[in-house]
Amino acid sequence: MSTTTTDRTPDAGAVLDVRDLRVWYGTEKGAVQAVDGVDLELRRGEILGLVGESGCGKSTLGRGLLGLLPDGAARDGSLVFDGKDLLAMSPREAYKRRGKSLGMIFQEPLTRLNPLMRVSEHFEETLRTHERGISKKEVEARSLEALRVMGIPPTRFRAYPHEFSGGMRQRLLIALTLVLRPAFVVADEPTTALDVLVEAQIIRILHDLRSTYDTSMLLITHNLGIIAEACDRVAVMYAGKIVEVGEAREVFSRPQHSYTRELLRSTISLSTTGLNFIEGAPPDLSDPPPGCRFHPRCPDAMTVCGQREPVLRQVRDGGSDAACWHAEVSEGTDAGRALSAEETQPLERKEIDVADEA
Amino acid sequence: MSAAGGSLPRYILIRLMLVVPMMWVLLTLVFLLLRVAPGDPVTAAVGDKLDADALEARRAALGLDRPLVVQYLEYLGNVVRLDFGTTISDRRPVLDIIVNQGGATLTLTIGAFLFALAIGIPLGLLAGRFRDTAADAGIRVYGIVAYAAPIFWVGLMLVLLVVKLFPSWPTYDIASSETKYYVPDRTGIILLDAILANDSVSVVDILQHHVLPCFTLGLLLSGVIVRLVRVNVIQTLGDDYVEAARARGIPGGRVLRKHAFRNALVPVITVVGLQFALTLSGAILTEKTFNWPGLGAELVQYVTARDYIAVQGLVTFFALAVVLVSVAVDILNALVDPRVRY
Repeated sequence: MSTTTTDRTPDAGAVLDVRDLRVWYGTEKGAVQAVDGVDLELRRGEILGLVGESGCGKSTLGRGLLGLLPDGAARDGSLVFDGKDLLAMSPREAYKRRGKSLGMIFQEPLTRLNPLMRVSEHFEETLRTHERGISKKEVEARSLEALRVMGIPPTRFRAYPHEFSGGMRQRLLIALTLVLRPAFVVADEPTTALDVLVEAQIIRILHDLRSTYDTSMLLITHNLGIIAEACDRVAVMYAGKIVEVGEAREVFSRPQHSYTRELLRSTISLSTTGLNFIEGAPPDLSDPPPGCRFHPRCPDAMTVCGQREPVLRQVRDGGSDAACWHAEVSEGTDAGRALSAEETQPLERKEIDVADEA
Repeated sequence: MSAAGGSLPRYILIRLMLVVPMMWVLLTLVFLLLRVAPGDPVTAAVGDKLDADALEARRAALGLDRPLVVQYLEYLGNVVRLDFGTTISDRRPVLDIIVNQGGATLTLTIGAFLFALAIGIPLGLLAGRFRDTAADAGIRVYGIVAYAAPIFWVGLMLVLLVVKLFPSWPTYDIASSETKYYVPDRTGIILLDAILANDSVSVVDILQHHVLPCFTLGLLLSGVIVRLVRVNVIQTLGDDYVEAARARGIPGGRVLRKHAFRNALVPVITVVGLQFALTLSGAILTEKTFNWPGLGAELVQYVTARDYIAVQGLVTFFALAVVLVSVAVDILNALVDPRVRY
């Protein structure tokens, strides 16, 4: 599989081109593959949303792009940034690009700044690391400009992190990431730890970044509302794989994959009358189910779903890409029509063992 | 609760004001502890030398026949004027003892702290950085042994070892007799006197005398520091801001020094300050082991003589020293860690 995907020519406008990215964690039970053969590309100034349940590998994918993985983790595939494969270069070379070209915004703003360092020292350290010989004056000018964009007054430049609220600290961290003007930023659930009003403010800021900084962003979240508001495209992840990817509007209005549809149905809004949820839990990634990984929980599952893995491709003209046999059949694609009558029979389920589920 | 950077002077002021109640509690405890001890101090100290009338006269002279409250208030009043009383057994003002012998204890303690920090911090950083390696295991064993080994035993073993390997190395007292003869007494601290007199031969001699006792006393403290620093480094290495610094591309060495190590050392200030009292009690043993002319040796002698005025005076002085060190530690902590100030 890796040989067939890497020879695809990268999109000319792509800032980051991810091909067949795989990430493993070493655990006591053996290697667990948290990300399995992900292909993604990000265009300049684009915000790509990444959604999925907890434990589906969203954060691992985001961290895997920067190489911010724990000891014992490994990654493979190709990560072409600016014409060079980050996974093929030396770790030292790849490390140099962190911060400078690839930034990261984290989930926990309260603990991401060193409590003993002033805000100004954080900026100075960051700028001096990547731009040797930068003058003190310029450090200050650049930092204050980044803070101004985030709405933090210059009078607070020499304050300590504990003197700021959670929302302000997240804005500080965004400023600290963007002061280097990276071409690509991963934002890993940047608003999860914040209250709703601050959340809206941060989302607005992230949304406006492309006009101020021309930055591409991978916005990881489990909040579909945020995706609808801030993202151009959205990728849906399930059990380490991308199951659907497309224009945000398209994915929300005409979801192709059964998992996407179930996920959207589970969203709570003012018009919600009953609570919907998806039965069961995501699979154990040390032993994923065969075929489509969602088939044990899928209401539309057919016999083929448990036997063969669907391919991520466009199933409807102008629609999103999805890896779903049900979509292939209902849209009447070639692959869908090629299935035998036996394969399109609704899946006969074995009763889920209670002990198994626990 | 608003914690602006400018509140540091206010913090220091409040901290200094808190010294008064702290001192008062300590002084009261010292006073009461010695009064509830059974037996009459005058009889205990000089009972076998004087007859009943003379003893009664001594008691009256010391004011021991007066009500406890009067004695207590007088004691407090005297301490405020730095009058720690006069010993019963040999009629020396306690303040004189402190001035004459305090210097030796001071340099011993400072030297011990320097040794403890010089050994404990690097070993602790190393063990935390290379967690669960052979080096870490070795350093952890060192930490336990150094903390648990009795001072007098360590001191004796070191003396035996040094006598065998370097027979000319001094193993007892603070200076050779020539040095004591030549260095004029100005400050009560012989090392400082030698430096002031510009007498390099004496300075070297005094420093050589310090090595063994300071090392022995410092060993105990280094065990505490090693274990503390190790745990702190392991914690800070996993802290979010360390990962965030790495995500910004800050080089690994700098992340280690400026983020992980620096932050791991802040709690060390507090703990080292708290260990000061432990070190003082260790100093008493060390002074006995190395025949050191300090306050600890003096205190042991007066305890044996059951001279409670002397004991009360010296213990009061030790208590004051501990209070002052704890204030200094708090202020230092506030200077280093901006979150401490209130």
